[in-house]
Amino acid sequence: MTGLALFNLFILVFMVVAAVISLRVKDLLTASVVFGIYSFLMCLLWAEMGAVDVAFTEAAVGAGVSAVFLVATVFNVKRRSSD
Amino acid sequence: MKKLALAVTVLTGVLLLYAAQDFLAWGDLQSPASASPVSKHFIADTGVDTEVPNMVTAVLADYRGFDTMFETVVIFIAGIAIIGILRRTGADADAPALKRENEIATEPDLIVTNTVRLLVPVIQLFAFYVLAHGHVSPGGGFQGGVIMGASFILVALAWDLPKAMDRLSVDRAVMLAGVGILIYAGIGLFSMLLGGEFLDYAELSHVLPVSSEMARYHAMLGVEIGVAFTVTAVMFAIYANLSTRGRLEGGL
Repeated sequence: MTGLALFNLFILVFMVVAAVISLRVKDLLTASVVFGIYSFLMCLLWAEMGAVDVAFTEAAVGAGVSAVFLVATVFNVKRRSSD
Repeated sequence: MKKLALAVTVLTGVLLLYAAQDFLAWGDLQSPASASPVSKHFIADTGVDTEVPNMVTAVLADYRGFDTMFETVVIFIAGIAIIGILRRTGADADAPALKRENEIATEPDLIVTNTVRLLVPVIQLFAFYVLAHGHVSPGGGFQGGVIMGASFILVALAWDLPKAMDRLSVDRAVMLAGVGILIYAGIGLFSMLLGGEFLDYAELSHVLPVSSEMARYHAMLGVEIGVAFTVTAVMFAIYANLSTRGRLEGGL
């Protein structure tokens, strides 16, 4: 397996882990932060595949601003998920 | 019920994985995206048609400029909807603020505020760079606008919302969001007035001292500036309403 394929595999596995964590964790602040990590991994994957414009948008919108929106919302609701 | 949902999810996942075997390899020349004459046309002719090196921006802002214009309108409507739902006015705003679960009332932190003081000019300069270089390198109105909006959000995070609203009030942000769409649609209408079709930037060469290809190049920068206006303003307006439950006072 080449280095690039290994790198892709690493990113994909961590993306799945981050997605499962952000869905399962009870603390919504943790969920928001892990969701930001998910977005960054997505951005890395896109940059690696050559879609730099999409990666740029994902880094700015997905990992940057929407993570801030989620955190701002968590501060205004109950921090623990009830389900 | 939970077990049933899990079974359905796993089954769907297995089906999707099974179907994914039929996908072509990444970058396969025989894949529809690579083999279609449309892709060949864009790769070969974008530079000839528009003089824009970044194909993605040329497709986004020129070939399918109508689509991008209404994407901007969608962002504007999303901002208006969020303000409409969250903003509190009149008697509703005078009601005592609900106690938050983890209320931390502290002074703005010295280290945080000074770091932000140093960072914000750099971030805003970078936003302008991303916007102005959108058609040469990756970037453009959406990314530049988000980065610019983030710099205002950073000020609101480090101090409090009124400090950021001194620079860009929410009312002015809503106005700027509308101005952005007007810039975009205005360039489209102007090229219509000059005898072309809506958003046919080549007609702008009648008024600009450049060739019709360079007119497309410059008009793309114009519409990207419109997009950046809208995105900056909407991002800040959403944050302002979201972080204060629509009261527009105090910090996060």
